Amino acid sequence: MIEIEHLSRRFGATVAVDDVSFEVKPGEIVGFLGPNGAGKTTTMRVTAGLIYPHAGTVRVNGLDVLEDPVSVRRQMGYLPEDTPLYDDMPVIDFLRFIGSIRGIRRADLSRKVSEMVEVCSLGNMAYKDIGELSRGYRQRVGLAQALIHDPPVLILDEPTSGLDPTQIVEIRRLVRDIGRQKAILFSTHILDEAQKTSDRIVVISGGRIVAEGSADTLARQVHGRDIYQVEFSGDLPALKDKLAHLLEVATEKEAEGGWAHISFASKTNDDVSADIFDAAVAVGGRLRRLEKQAATLEEVFLELTRGGEEEAQA
Amino acid sequence: MGRAWTIYKKELKSYYESPIAYIFMVVFLAVAVWVFFRGFFLIGEVSLRGLFGIIPWLCLFFIPAISMRLWAEERKTGTNELLFSLPVEEWEVVLGKYLAALLVYTVTLLLTLPVAICVSFLGNLDWGVAIGSYVGALFLGAAVLSIGTFVSSLTTNQIVAFILGVIVVAGLMIVGEPIVTMFIPSSLPWLVPYAQYLGLAQHFSSIARGVLDTRDFIYYLLLIVFPLYLTINAIRARKVG
Repeated sequence: MIEIEHLSRRFGATVAVDDVSFEVKPGEIVGFLGPNGAGKTTTMRVTAGLIYPHAGTVRVNGLDVLEDPVSVRRQMGYLPEDTPLYDDMPVIDFLRFIGSIRGIRRADLSRKVSEMVEVCSLGNMAYKDIGELSRGYRQRVGLAQALIHDPPVLILDEPTSGLDPTQIVEIRRLVRDIGRQKAILFSTHILDEAQKTSDRIVVISGGRIVAEGSADTLARQVHGRDIYQVEFSGDLPALKDKLAHLLEVATEKEAEGGWAHISFASKTNDDVSADIFDAAVAVGGRLRRLEKQAATLEEVFLELTRGGEEEAQA
Repeated sequence: MGRAWTIYKKELKSYYESPIAYIFMVVFLAVAVWVFFRGFFLIGEVSLRGLFGIIPWLCLFFIPAISMRLWAEERKTGTNELLFSLPVEEWEVVLGKYLAALLVYTVTLLLTLPVAICVSFLGNLDWGVAIGSYVGALFLGAAVLSIGTFVSSLTTNQIVAFILGVIVVAGLMIVGEPIVTMFIPSSLPWLVPYAQYLGLAQHFSSIARGVLDTRDFIYYLLLIVFPLYLTINAIRARKVG
């Protein structure tokens, strides 16, 4: 598992990561979500031991990345951003190279390599040079490379960027399948992806963690405000008055035929649809539409990351 | 050590599967042999002096051409991120890459052997001097390659790595020559032997004459080890910065 505590990393005068703490438990897939330049890649590079932290600690299976970087890397599979690979090597040779550096014994090497070719569906590309492969296949070679030694910890930096929808679904399925016994941290700037693939989401913005939790709790925690779309005809001021303790009016406009279209924003997390209905009946009016709209994760994300970006620009 | 060996084999494979090594060998040999035989029949002397006279110049231009890609290319394509996410120490990678490039040079050098054999048929070749020359050329090339490796680790641009490599090596070559030492002020005469000791070509010519002196070997060993050590440190420094 991965434990990151109070991690900070600067590049020159720019603070890329600022006091970041979170952990990834075994068997857990954590989506690391944030806009481009939020500090995702920096955090992951520190965790993989590629750059050193300026403050804080990162431990992988209890080993400090600064004290024992080689042991840490032995337990970790890492897919770097943009999948850099040796373009002049055939897929098979490349995987054999990685495998033997990873310490897989000669006797097991061929078996392991063909296993990876199968798992990552690289069958008909196995003897081609990596430079000739399409984006999707490259990504799979990158994953095969990270998985060949069956590591307990996986770090994937934007594993689905630049892929088409079918490929994205495949890679997602692959990550879910292998993720049952592993601790996986993967980054993305696409919300939908974090939501669909991960057990938990960590949102980073401007180098700081701004929220953490499952997709549902995130939506609630930040927003807590459901929107109710109501169309009402009757004594509108009386209705608003009656609901004032539960809702506030967000927008209001006249529709034709005496119907008013009102958007209420709730002040609580409870479902107040029934209260709206009761209030409408109590003031002697009629309802023809009553619809609850939950805050989408999209809105949550925008809200969460807005602060960070402004800070970064300041 | 096993991992350095794996890196070495991988690098070597990429040399003989790409045209770089072949182009290097062919051009190196063509220039060396042509320059040698052009003078050989004019002078009419059974010696390889003409061949080993040009080798420092070939090293100056050709070896930075092999070493320029060693690190600059890894950094440019980002594959160093992949490489250092593997359980390897920096020195293992530096050593593996260096030895693979050194083998390409060594093989090229040995491919001039037919010239020596050919000459030995034409007259009485002093094989002691010839072997001394080969050893000297090997050490000279190894030192230049080590400098080239370090220079390559400083940049992501291969052309910059090549030009910087040539400049540094050229500087080391001429520092012991009279054209430089004559500018040392006469109030500092003790500087002259140091400048001469620093010069790359001096040590080569004494080995090439068949004189195997420990001082020359220590000089070359330092010039091989120190730049490689700096390369390892340059890679480490980038992780901290």
